[in-house]
Amino acid sequence: MNNDKDEVQRIREGDVRTASRLIRNLEDHMPEAKSTIRRIFPHTGKAHIIGVTGSPGAGKSTLTDALIESYRKQGKTVGVLAVDPTSPFTGGAILGDRIRMQRHAEDAEVFVRSLATRGALGGLSKAVGDAIHVLDAMGKDVIMVETVGTGQQEVEIMNHSHTVVVVLVPGMGDEIQAMKAGIMEIADLFVINKADRDGTRQLQTLLMAMLDMAPEFPGGWRPPIIKVENVFDAVTFKGQVGELAEKIDKHYRHLVENQLLGDRLRRKSLVEINEALSACLLEPVLRDLVSSGELERMLDKIVRKECDPYSLAEEATKPYLK
Amino acid sequence: MSERKIRIMVAKPGLDGHDRGARVLARCFRDAGFEVIYTGCHQTPEQIVAGAIQEDVDMVGLSCLSGAHRYLFPRVVELLRERKADDITVIGGGIIPDQDFKMLYDAGIKEIFTPGASLDSIVDWVKSHIKPRA
Repeated sequence: MNNDKDEVQRIREGDVRTASRLIRNLEDHMPEAKSTIRRIFPHTGKAHIIGVTGSPGAGKSTLTDALIESYRKQGKTVGVLAVDPTSPFTGGAILGDRIRMQRHAEDAEVFVRSLATRGALGGLSKAVGDAIHVLDAMGKDVIMVETVGTGQQEVEIMNHSHTVVVVLVPGMGDEIQAMKAGIMEIADLFVINKADRDGTRQLQTLLMAMLDMAPEFPGGWRPPIIKVENVFDAVTFKGQVGELAEKIDKHYRHLVENQLLGDRLRRKSLVEINEALSACLLEPVLRDLVSSGELERMLDKIVRKECDPYSLAEEATKPYLK
Repeated sequence: MSERKIRIMVAKPGLDGHDRGARVLARCFRDAGFEVIYTGCHQTPEQIVAGAIQEDVDMVGLSCLSGAHRYLFPRVVELLRERKADDITVIGGGIIPDQDFKMLYDAGIKEIFTPGASLDSIVDWVKSHIKPRA
């Protein structure tokens, strides 16, 4: 107990080793980590959480790296969670987002942690919500969460962040792509990255047309479109990243001033309670079913078409729902 | 439902841009079911150690083809010790002359793999020597 208190204290003081170990324990579903996160929870809620999403190779890590620099110049402390995919075959993963951000490794006010999806489908890792709490309790002013390279519907990031940045590159498709539901709807800001390439104008027109069709924007925030060009032209690139950082801050102020932050927090809370409920309810049931061998018998019945999964699930959960 | 997974950092210290070997190894560790953090080239020992601690890895694999391993490898171990993180195992590989092995082992490098070492032998070594920390 005393030890646990020390752990929370160490994290609040910004101890990297303790924090990174706790995140590891959360990823690995260590039971003691859950009890620590309960103690950490009251110390969270101060950070501005920014989600960065977009297709593979769109430039999310490079932009995140540039944003770290921008925030550090303002004297803000930064935490980054970078998610990359886990192999569905071996369970292994290459976590390579860090390559773009290693120049900040020695800055004590920047904490970068890579996470593998470990089978989660929404473009994040299951541990991301709790890992955000850990960085928040460490006192980071800004927390950036970089999703895996996303396709069309990995929208989980919207449940974890105050501000969602969707990074696009020219040449990805026609106007129907821009009309589709999913990732194009969750942006608070659009970045057209690599905007020195062909097709930038077209993409910008498509985005504007798509936004023009929106019936309304919550609190009147129309997602701005920021063009970021050639990373190798340092002056232009830095200027444009500066503009992006400014717009991100403006969005946060917009949420606060229009009492919209509460809506985002409720959205996040709903996901958290959902996950916690499912852990409380599902895990004991599954554990019993696995240990008694009943799960295998159920699978046999389904495969042989003797019984449907819905009836089996209802039957199996009855004793728990008294 | 808890499950420990081995986390490994593959790093290229120093002024050495030849990372095909490091990439092959990273891929091979991935296929062995490990989570691999690759740092890219031109890393200082300080960057590698800071990264390894932030990532809570069980092992750091250093690849060096430039000849500077006699300074770079021991420096990584030394910095880990200073940061009270010497429970992280360090192994090395690359163009390492035989006569340097003893010096590196003495400095705390746990194993050295040179050209010709099979990928399987490296994965097997990791599996038998690296236990994810409790």
